[in-house]
Amino acid sequence: MDGIHDMGGMHGFGKVEPELNEPVFHAAWEGRCLALNRAMGVIGAWTIDEGRSGIEELPPQVYLAHSYYGKWALRLEKMIISRGLAGADEIAAGHALHPAKSMKRKLGVADVPGTLTRGSFGRQPPAPARFKVGERVRTKVIHPATHTRLPRYTRGRVGTIEALRGCHVFPDTSAIGAGENPQWLYTVVFEGRELWGENTDPTLTVSIDAFEPYLDAA
Amino acid sequence: MAHDHDHDDPHEHGSELSEMQLRVRALETVLAEKGYIDPAALDLIVEEFETRIGPHNGARVVAKAWADPAFKHALIEDATKAVRSLGLINRVGDHLIAVENTPKLHNVIVCTLCSCYPWEVLGLPPVWYKAAPYRSRAVNDPRGVLADFGLKLPADTQIRVWDSTAETRFIVLPMRPQGTEGWSEEKLATLVTRDCMIGTGLPRNSAEAA
Repeated sequence: MDGIHDMGGMHGFGKVEPELNEPVFHAAWEGRCLALNRAMGVIGAWTIDEGRSGIEELPPQVYLAHSYYGKWALRLEKMIISRGLAGADEIAAGHALHPAKSMKRKLGVADVPGTLTRGSFGRQPPAPARFKVGERVRTKVIHPATHTRLPRYTRGRVGTIEALRGCHVFPDTSAIGAGENPQWLYTVVFEGRELWGENTDPTLTVSIDAFEPYLDAA
Repeated sequence: MAHDHDHDDPHEHGSELSEMQLRVRALETVLAEKGYIDPAALDLIVEEFETRIGPHNGARVVAKAWADPAFKHALIEDATKAVRSLGLINRVGDHLIAVENTPKLHNVIVCTLCSCYPWEVLGLPPVWYKAAPYRSRAVNDPRGVLADFGLKLPADTQIRVWDSTAETRFIVLPMRPQGTEGWSEEKLATLVTRDCMIGTGLPRNSAEAA
């Protein structure tokens, strides 16, 4: 979706402000919020793509007004309600009022170390890769109202296939519950000028990792 | 936006702090009472992120690559496999990619769409990495962003920005500082900062060794 999350190239957000000796969490609730979100992911409440989509669907004014983990808390609330895992009445009461939905698994202390490994998203390819390293490609001009991983600033641009990264779960379908639909993934590199115009720093190149359905031969 | 995490000042964002504290506590209580989660497991997840998962892991990887050409070659070929082979970190996810800085090329990592970051080797991302100024400007004004970090590169250095748009994750292999010949991996690792593995900084120089 063309949401506020798709920030590449936007103006007006100001300087980057690094924080000296930044703590891992700035308040205890941030750590609890991260752990809750991870735990719900591990028990299969939603996929990583559905979770990202949940953040992106926050209204722009809400997205910008909340800190990172603040957005995670809002997403968690929304996802557990929409999936029938808990009711808004229970969250308001701060206690369970209804029977739980049965889940595939529960995350116990002994399971934690195993869950801290990032999942593997590589899958068996359904067909040979369409593009080769060195080939020129043009990204599609698409504006799906649902989740996609093709940033706006790279749509309709010509770039070069730099590497094949294997065949991966396709976020665009995974995010809407339409299956893993594995697709080839490529690193596509663009000249800065192709993205930002002729006055761009000539030393700049930018790459994205693009799924095959995003690409046409150029 | 810039100070939206500055909870040291209770007046600045105290309302979000207390509201979120209550909200997250309510969520945890409800989810625990319904049996979906175990608060003790949450304790352990938080502890792992606060103590064991962090940029010290990435620093060991970079130091090893500086000291051992065969390891460096393996790291560039397949970073997931190379980092797993070290056994330092037993939790390397798939699809880790190491990108090498040279005298002519400087790499910078960003995620414009969310907050993708190689946390197995670098820990959780800093606030600025997840915030709008970095995510918006890294792809069209990387030299301006580097200036915000006090880093100025030669005008003819090629800048390559890697936007993390899939489940691939990137770590920058910075150039080994001069004057470090014969140093042990442990000593080299003290020069490796988190930011130099993102591309927003350079390693400490040999005189700054811990």
